[in-house]
Amino acid sequence: MYSTQEPDAGTPLRVSQQLVTLQIDGVPVTVPAGTSVMRAAFDAGVRVPKLCATDHLEAFGSCRLCLVEIEGRRGFPASCTTPVEAGMKVTTQSDKLAKLRRNTMELYISDHPLDCLTCPANGNCELQDMAGVVGLREVRYGSEGENHLVGTKDTSNPYFSFDPTKCIVCSRCVRACEEVQGTFALTVEGRGFQSKIAPGPTGFVESECVSCGACVQACPTATLMEKSITEMGQPDHAVVTTCAYCGVGCSFRAEMKGSQVVRMVPNKNGQANHGHSCVKGRFAWGYATHPDRLKHPMIRAKITDPWRVVSWEEALRYAAGEFRRIQEKHGRGSVGGITSSRCTNEETYLVQKLVRAAFGNNNVDTCARVCHSPTGYGLKATLGESAGTQNFDSVDAADVILVIGANPTDAHPVFASRMKRRLRQGARLIVVDPRRIDLVRQPHVEAEFHLALRPGTNVAVLNALAHVIVAEGLAKDDYVGQRCDQPEFETWRRFILQPRNSPEALEEATGVPAERIRGAARLYATGGNAAIYYGLGVTEHSQGSTTVMAIANLAMLTGNVGRPGVGVNPLRGQNNVQGSCDMGSFPHELPGYRHVSDPTVRELFSTTWGVPIDPEPGLRIPNMFDAAIDGSFKGLYVQGEDIAQSDPDTRHVSHALESLECLVVQDIFLNETAKFAHVLLPGSSFLEKDGTFTNAERRISRVRKVMPPLAGYADWQVTLELAKALGYPMHYEHPSQIMDEIAALTPTFAGVSYERLERLGSIQWPCNAKAPEGTPVMHVEAFVRGKGRFVVTEYVPTSERTTRKFPLILTTGRILSQYNVGAQTRRTHNAVWHEGDRLELHPHDAENRGIRDGDWVSVRSRAGETTLRAQVTERMQPGIVYTTFHHPESGANVVTTDNSDWATNCPEYKVTAVEVTPTATPSAWQEQFQRFSEAQAGLMPQR
Amino acid sequence: MDSNKLVKMANDIAAFFEAEPDPAACSAGIGGHIGRFWDPRMRRALFRHLDEHGGEGLRDSVVRALSAHREALLTKG
Ligand code: SF4
Ligand code: SF4
Ligand code: SF4
Ligand code: FES
Repeated sequence: MYSTQEPDAGTPLRVSQQLVTLQIDGVPVTVPAGTSVMRAAFDAGVRVPKLCATDHLEAFGSCRLCLVEIEGRRGFPASCTTPVEAGMKVTTQSDKLAKLRRNTMELYISDHPLDCLTCPANGNCELQDMAGVVGLREVRYGSEGENHLVGTKDTSNPYFSFDPTKCIVCSRCVRACEEVQGTFALTVEGRGFQSKIAPGPTGFVESECVSCGACVQACPTATLMEKSITEMGQPDHAVVTTCAYCGVGCSFRAEMKGSQVVRMVPNKNGQANHGHSCVKGRFAWGYATHPDRLKHPMIRAKITDPWRVVSWEEALRYAAGEFRRIQEKHGRGSVGGITSSRCTNEETYLVQKLVRAAFGNNNVDTCARVCHSPTGYGLKATLGESAGTQNFDSVDAADVILVIGANPTDAHPVFASRMKRRLRQGARLIVVDPRRIDLVRQPHVEAEFHLALRPGTNVAVLNALAHVIVAEGLAKDDYVGQRCDQPEFETWRRFILQPRNSPEALEEATGVPAERIRGAARLYATGGNAAIYYGLGVTEHSQGSTTVMAIANLAMLTGNVGRPGVGVNPLRGQNNVQGSCDMGSFPHELPGYRHVSDPTVRELFSTTWGVPIDPEPGLRIPNMFDAAIDGSFKGLYVQGEDIAQSDPDTRHVSHALESLECLVVQDIFLNETAKFAHVLLPGSSFLEKDGTFTNAERRISRVRKVMPPLAGYADWQVTLELAKALGYPMHYEHPSQIMDEIAALTPTFAGVSYERLERLGSIQWPCNAKAPEGTPVMHVEAFVRGKGRFVVTEYVPTSERTTRKFPLILTTGRILSQYNVGAQTRRTHNAVWHEGDRLELHPHDAENRGIRDGDWVSVRSRAGETTLRAQVTERMQPGIVYTTFHHPESGANVVTTDNSDWATNCPEYKVTAVEVTPTATPSAWQEQFQRFSEAQAGLMPQR
Repeated sequence: MDSNKLVKMANDIAAFFEAEPDPAACSAGIGGHIGRFWDPRMRRALFRHLDEHGGEGLRDSVVRALSAHREALLTKG
């Protein structure tokens, strides 16, 4: 359960304009209508005893411990299920009530093992607390009769156990799974005395359970219990910090014993997650202390040399010396850096500052290049700001939800739970995705329209939707007239009305029946507040930026930008990908998305930094690779980013990395990129440093240090030291000072400071004089760029086409339990759910090729070949295959090509023409990879 | 820089801006995009390809844009 030290008001907060005044034990209290008597009592400072109620779940009224007396009413109503009424007079304590409560507790305790002293929940158990509160002194019923004291503990889940002997059948777990997580994995089986909790017919791990932990923090007893608590005992203090996995940016309490994490519990006051989490943030933090962590700096002259452990000083001196030598020989532009979207804003800011000020060029990029760079480009061009328009809470006001190219239940689970709750309340759903993702059909959630398009035809589908809306007169003309640029709109309108943009004309290309597109368009335009959520299935295409602009067009056309419940919402992949982009990680932009060619902005930075700023854009990651092979780029500083595994066309990337004369990798593990490095600088995990992350809703949240950095330095300190060694010392004692500099130089961050973050919990930028507490919803009265701009989005089919040789389309993605390249999650028990990447294909394609489920298959494209196990599934459409890239040896990116988005070079991971055939042997690349990895392992110093 | 890649990248940019009905705006779009997002060495290599290999493989709109914006794209960097 949540820590009993956190106040629990018993039932959820109600919001209402109407206020009700009543008396609790003679004390008047005023609360919103709809509030329970229990919560009103809490507000009046009275804690009514309770077991089955908790403030993050709707009351159920089963335990009968919370009885009260209400003047003029017969009997003893349960305060958790009784709503307040004006003038009510409530008594929470009387002899009669005390006796009733004691009797109830006595019954519970008579069927509960009395091993409190050795129970892992000892000291944090509501049952124990309530026995004390009601003054239970004796238990008159023995345990001889029928009871539940014998049962088998289910330990199948790697992170928590289920001990049925301790269960009081309060159903908090069942309700948490339904209401909070939306998975419906648990049920109460049987009735009355026979009733018990079960995750279906199996143990937890084989059930529908997604291991989010919601039931565990809801359970008032030790029935559902974190194994880490069982092993380590109860924590002694807690620190609030932010999850370092995905772009939802959940707030957590790191519950600690000294400097050891005992458990991570989602923070009830977290403004992004409101007390919910997923398996990654909640449980998969063990990697931080994994024995594979790099603990010492190392250097080597050639990548075939053994690594030499050296002091920090020597490693940094060597790295700096190499960068300067290279620049002297090959020019100022021959070196660069890559910032990490997993590091903090402050760290990212420092790396780009190092590149711009110490290297003296703009060769800085970040992994957003390969995920959301088209979002930056597309939203800036149309709406005027490179970020999503809403906060997550906005989904509660949405009537129609359009999900395109995103799989939130796997990739953004906590937000997906919010979205599913809204869908259960009646919001209507449109899914645009080649795969039948889980959201299409789930318990109590069903998409009204699933537009199962062919990969690579997003723009065609969006154009067709817009065509229908304009042609059928469903556009919000007033809104467009007032808020958008008219000549641009007129040009666009003429374009979109052309018959070639009709759903009928595009049906052949998209594979989506025209009628379905018409239906979806009508629903999106007329169903009330309509919100678009999208992911990498939008951006990672040759037309990624065009798709983002087409999405913005659609939202403006229907007046769906600028208030809660609507908007354009990119679901960001990594925890700090929004932040790394905000911090000036792109080679053409200084922090705050300001182009390097702007002399006023350059002047601002060069005055503060004391060096001139290069007015020309630098190399983007794929350009760095090409320039490395070409010989004009020789040195690279990579912080917390595994380009060798995550970037497309692995063989090309390897070739580029081998061509470098100095590759400095700063990471917590020896990742794939590090195998090509000359200098290894140990990184620090999010638990080892102070800083901030910015999530997908522009929310800046604090990351707090709970343990010292394993190798002595936090990442920001390492960058400072490297800058110093390069002869450009930067002076910061604490990350808060870095944030002060960011705020001073970046108008959208002007009001951000650690002090204000402390006070407000988190802040959504823009935060400045106009919006001192931040901006949950953007573009409210007008678009950031002034008039919204409709951009003509011609559908240009990708050059990556199926042929007789490569007749299938491969698309890639990720799954719930693993995170990106898997460097962290593979080093946790999450491996239980995903031992390896699989190639998903439709039974029809499998049968044609003589492939059965579980067979090894070769996947071949014009870029390369790899071998994976097949998973035959109807989720796929015929002609389309799918895989993940969580394991380096599967080599998904050996197969992906160097095709990329026209505007940003974001790789087209989502469309690769391939052939799949049964095979018995690993591919040539895999054999070579194996040899290379073994050789590199042999060059590491013995542990 | 691999000129095949640069040609492909430039052509992809052009395919977007060719939707622009006004040819001057199309040219400005292509030239502007390359100027704002390409490192100078990439721009130089593309011009080398244009000058030494007659711009082989480049779409006409790219050739027109490069010619129209040669100075702006080459003077700096
Ligand atoms: S861990 Fe989450 S999904 Fe699993 S049973 Fe508990 S609440 Fe449901
Ligand atoms: S497992 Fe815990 S939360 Fe669920 S019914 Fe039993 S005691 Fe209540
Ligand atoms: S949803 Fe994302 S941020 Fe939240 S716990 Fe899971 S991985 Fe962490
Ligand atoms: S807390 Fe009200 S009935 Fe259980």
